Amino acid sequence: MSELDSKVLKGDIRAIARMITLIENNDSVAIDAMKNIHKKSGKAHVIGITGVMGSGKSSLIFELAYQYRKRGKKVGIIAVDPTSPFSGGAILGDRVRMMELATDDNVFIRSMGTQGMLGGLASSVFDVVEIFDASGMDIILIETVGVGQAEVDIVKIADTTIVVLVPGLGDSIQTIKAGLMEIADIFVVNKSDKSGVEQVVVEIESMLEISSKSDRKIPIILTSTKKNQGILELLNEIENHRIYLKKGKKLEEKRKKRYETELTEIIRKRLMSLIFDESKFKDKVDRLIDQISKKELDPYSAADEILGKILK
Amino acid sequence: MDRKIRVLVAKPGLDGHDRGAKIVARALRDAGMEVIYSGLHQTAEQIVKTAIQEDVEVIGLSLLSGAHMTLFVDVANMLKEKHIDDVLIVGGGIIPEEDVPRLKKAGIAGVFGPGTPVEEIVDFIKMNVKR
Repeated sequence: MSELDSKVLKGDIRAIARMITLIENNDSVAIDAMKNIHKKSGKAHVIGITGVMGSGKSSLIFELAYQYRKRGKKVGIIAVDPTSPFSGGAILGDRVRMMELATDDNVFIRSMGTQGMLGGLASSVFDVVEIFDASGMDIILIETVGVGQAEVDIVKIADTTIVVLVPGLGDSIQTIKAGLMEIADIFVVNKSDKSGVEQVVVEIESMLEISSKSDRKIPIILTSTKKNQGILELLNEIENHRIYLKKGKKLEEKRKKRYETELTEIIRKRLMSLIFDESKFKDKVDRLIDQISKKELDPYSAADEILGKILK
Repeated sequence: MDRKIRVLVAKPGLDGHDRGAKIVARALRDAGMEVIYSGLHQTAEQIVKTAIQEDVEVIGLSLLSGAHMTLFVDVANMLKEKHIDDVLIVGGGIIPEEDVPRLKKAGIAGVFGPGTPVEEIVDFIKMNVKR
């Protein structure tokens, strides 16, 4: 065992922080350290929180983390914000609402960019979950922001997925319904001190009636972080869902799905860098692209040629 | 893959003006960096702990209230106490010329006053990151 993974497994904060940076940069020492970390992970409950922009996800996560801390749980928080596809940079601002937790040694908050994956979650989120888990954190909260693939992808990592809506979205619920509405294990209507709560609840209920095929009734919780309402109820429902998963083989199935997605992601990443970054193939690829644009070759035949070379 | 420079932009103390900090944050993002923005009213302890968890290579402090001699230096000292020597600290805001040498001596490697072109800050960070 290297020094890095043994420190991570002991919960050393600086080692955890450095480990995450290294794995985000595909460092070979970190990749090696993941062998042990993977073995020691699997105990934490992973909660994904997603929803429309401005729905108060960060504040909700702050409240949940605060409650878990009161119960003696160690909490890891992963806040994902979009990386600019143009500059590759990102502004990660979710900590702003969580800074009160910054001095608690049993809360670890890490901000991540989506890193230019086609709108999806950064593949290193999988690694960070395992690193947090193996280092002894009991609860891992993942926040994804905005609209797009990242929100739907979270279901592949989280054990429990919470979708946060707010009153006053009106008909826009119809437009976000696709994808986002199907992944919820729990619905939260946040900012429930505002008017229009009932309408949102009715819309969610009628949508659930049409699409529900589960043996489990999906709860809808009204919360107001401003008035500190509904948080305990939400905590309760998360626990209920955890118990529900543990019964039967549901958790096992979920975890298998998670690893399947992660494996696919690693292979995709490696293949892509093999084809497009490594000099051995780069010239060949450039030549093929040239031929395609000159109409001497079609893209499918070019792909056959490249894959044939790799898989020979 | 290019390694991204991670920067914590933080507002220590009681000053509530973060326009400058946000403009700098955007410029750094546009230069391809990952910027973690802390929000207002941070203590030195919060800033240092955040810097550790986020494993940033740069801390950018912004202050317009005049308390930089205390608050900037607090952050630098706390990093030293924790034996963290691979984080670059830069500061900006309304900072009198005569304070700059003492800030630099305390470990604030770059000090940028009003009107500094953002490109200058970007270049300084790129040239001086320690990892």
